[in-house]
Amino acid sequence: MLGAYVPLIVMILIGVIFGVSNIVLAEWLGPRRSTRAKLSTYESGMEPVKSARERFTVKFYLVAMMFILFDIEIIFMYPWAVQFRELGMYGFTAMILFMVLLFAGYLYVVKKGALKWD
Amino acid sequence: MNIQVILFSVFAIGAVASAIATISSRNPVASAMSLVAHFFMLAGLYLTLEAQFVAAVQVLVYAGAIMVLVVFVILLLNLGKEQQLAERGSVIRLTLGSFTAGLFALVIILALVASPTGLNHLAMNAVDIGTTEAIGQSLFTQYLFPFESVSLLLLAALIGAVILAKRSMKEGA
Amino acid sequence: MNFDILGSLPLIVIWLALGVVGIIIQAFVRSDSTRLVYGYYIGTLVTTGLLAAATISNQGTAFGGMVTLGGWAAVFDLLFCGAGVMAMLAAQAYLGRFNSELDEFYTMLVSSVAGMMLMAHARNLVVLFVGIELMSISFYIMAGFFRSRDKSLESAMKYFLLGAFATGFLVYGMALLYGATGTLDYSVMLKVIAAGTARFPVLLALGAVLLTIGLSFKIAAFPFHQWAPDVYEGAPTVVTAFMSTAGKAAAFSAFLAVFGVIMPMVKVASMTPTLQLVLAVISAATMLIGNITAVAQTNVKRMLAYSSVAHAGYMLMGIVAGTTFGQSAVVYYAFAYTFMQLGAFIIVGLLEREDETSLMISDYSGLYRKHGVFAAMMAVFMFSLAGIPPFAGFFGKYMLFYAAIESGFTWLTIVAVASSVISVWFYLGLIVKMYFSEPNPETHEANAGLAGISLAVCTVAVILLGIMPRIITGMLGN
Repeated sequence: MLGAYVPLIVMILIGVIFGVSNIVLAEWLGPRRSTRAKLSTYESGMEPVKSARERFTVKFYLVAMMFILFDIEIIFMYPWAVQFRELGMYGFTAMILFMVLLFAGYLYVVKKGALKWD
Repeated sequence: MNIQVILFSVFAIGAVASAIATISSRNPVASAMSLVAHFFMLAGLYLTLEAQFVAAVQVLVYAGAIMVLVVFVILLLNLGKEQQLAERGSVIRLTLGSFTAGLFALVIILALVASPTGLNHLAMNAVDIGTTEAIGQSLFTQYLFPFESVSLLLLAALIGAVILAKRSMKEGA
Repeated sequence: MNFDILGSLPLIVIWLALGVVGIIIQAFVRSDSTRLVYGYYIGTLVTTGLLAAATISNQGTAFGGMVTLGGWAAVFDLLFCGAGVMAMLAAQAYLGRFNSELDEFYTMLVSSVAGMMLMAHARNLVVLFVGIELMSISFYIMAGFFRSRDKSLESAMKYFLLGAFATGFLVYGMALLYGATGTLDYSVMLKVIAAGTARFPVLLALGAVLLTIGLSFKIAAFPFHQWAPDVYEGAPTVVTAFMSTAGKAAAFSAFLAVFGVIMPMVKVASMTPTLQLVLAVISAATMLIGNITAVAQTNVKRMLAYSSVAHAGYMLMGIVAGTTFGQSAVVYYAFAYTFMQLGAFIIVGLLEREDETSLMISDYSGLYRKHGVFAAMMAVFMFSLAGIPPFAGFFGKYMLFYAAIESGFTWLTIVAVASSVISVWFYLGLIVKMYFSEPNPETHEANAGLAGISLAVCTVAVILLGIMPRIITGMLGN
């Protein structure tokens, strides 16, 4: 039942209150004297040379896409792992079959150099 | 009114509000962040419906992985002035859109009104269905066939992503 | 556990051959320098098709009632695999000419066939959903296969966005049906509804409507047809050929199975006549819109795209009828339509130039002088599409019209006949252009190569199905 989540809800509430109160307090209590240097982009002391809004290469997207696919694969392993004993050899075979396909896909991705950053 | 109904209402209102914020925000990053909030609200909804596993997956896959993709798309598009994307809908589009949405809402309200029993309580076995154990059990027995088919679906998506995003297939190998 | 290993072989074979062996082979060969993968995938489709043909009489269910085996599903398998092989034969030279041949194209084609087979075999909404997604994702990628061409990418993008939207309707409908009946299994759902124990009749009806909308998107029925012309025009021609035929047939195979449940379902909510009427109106509007718009087209690909919309309207007549005869009419027409439309698109692809010109109807003037065989084959396909005897299209329409009249939809048949008459205008218009116009001096050389085999098969099938229409229904042995 939901009662099991009470600690979780308390945790989340404390987290939210902590975060929000810090921002609000800083806003209230902190002195505000803006200078040119303070308002510029923080680049570890370097002068900002150009806009940070640069077009990113599609390679990031490809990696993220593959991450999602394998993420979903892992998600399917949770219920299997929890029921591992009950499902026994039968569940193990089923999972292996599932994994073989995804592993073939992984092999493909590696061999085609889709993970290479060139 | 029990605690479940109250929590459900809170999450439902939050979900609708964040969804509206997602589509009405002019700034794509703000839209994306509203979407994250929306996904969390949905996870909360699933929890109140005793679907713990689905709630966890919702946070892991949607609020985590899918949002990474959304943010990457914003990076890829390189909008420069963020306001450019948010094209304001024309009056016709707005009217038609709200008309359709209103019609849909009406149908759902009618369905709720017409339902013989109230919808404010869960099925008796809801607690047992939503557990990871129960999902594992039915996934590997009753739903084994669709489960194995999903591997093919993931594989097709994987290869498709490589074809479409890899700059030159012919140089690889 | 009752497990019919023989009957489920087509599904298992394509799953293993594609998912395990095929991908591993591909991982170790270069993407552009081998015929190995090409031959392997043609072999896969041929084997699967033969297995399906061998298991037609092996009717039953498997995997805990998730899939049906044999029967219509196996007949549809045969169609998907056959269309897949013909598209692959035509694709090699076509992609080569556009300098875009990659093995992955064939992978996607075979995986879309696997998705279609799942759709035809599905007896559970989850399997149906996985099948539709597998087919659609493969199609999105194939539509955008010419990555350097804006039109191809635009086509993929439009298809993807609208397809994803349609999937939303589909899943929402499935969820509501599950909520109302507590099951996703077709036959159990049917029992629940027949027993009157479904809980929320309004949700039931709403779920049925949403599911219908989702499937209507996939067959490109009015008013969800707007994507079809743009997508079919922009996609590589072989892809259009394949997805406008086999893809549509797959959607109809799902339509047939789902409506076996939905039709009695709404009877309980005393809505069957309404739903039937709505479908009949959709069917009438689809064929009228498709044919009338096709008349105004100057681009052959676009004209054929609108004609494909119209043919979805004809096939819906069989589903409106809701009888066994109506069902076999839909299956027969799916075959006839696949052969004639696939053949027509393959010829369009052969005559298309590398710079995407030579697609206008005016480019076909006097075609018979330079390409006598192509012109003759095109004429056969056009006659058949227009429904002129003795070709397959005529007999298919005859069956559909008969099924509609039998269940009291005479007005629908009148609309269908009227729209067929309209369609004669542009189908015969193309023939007149090919035979009775001054030759276009710019018609380029075209070499059929392997595509010639597909064209020959299509032509023979269109004629043979017209002369011996019992071939398809005879496959079930009754």
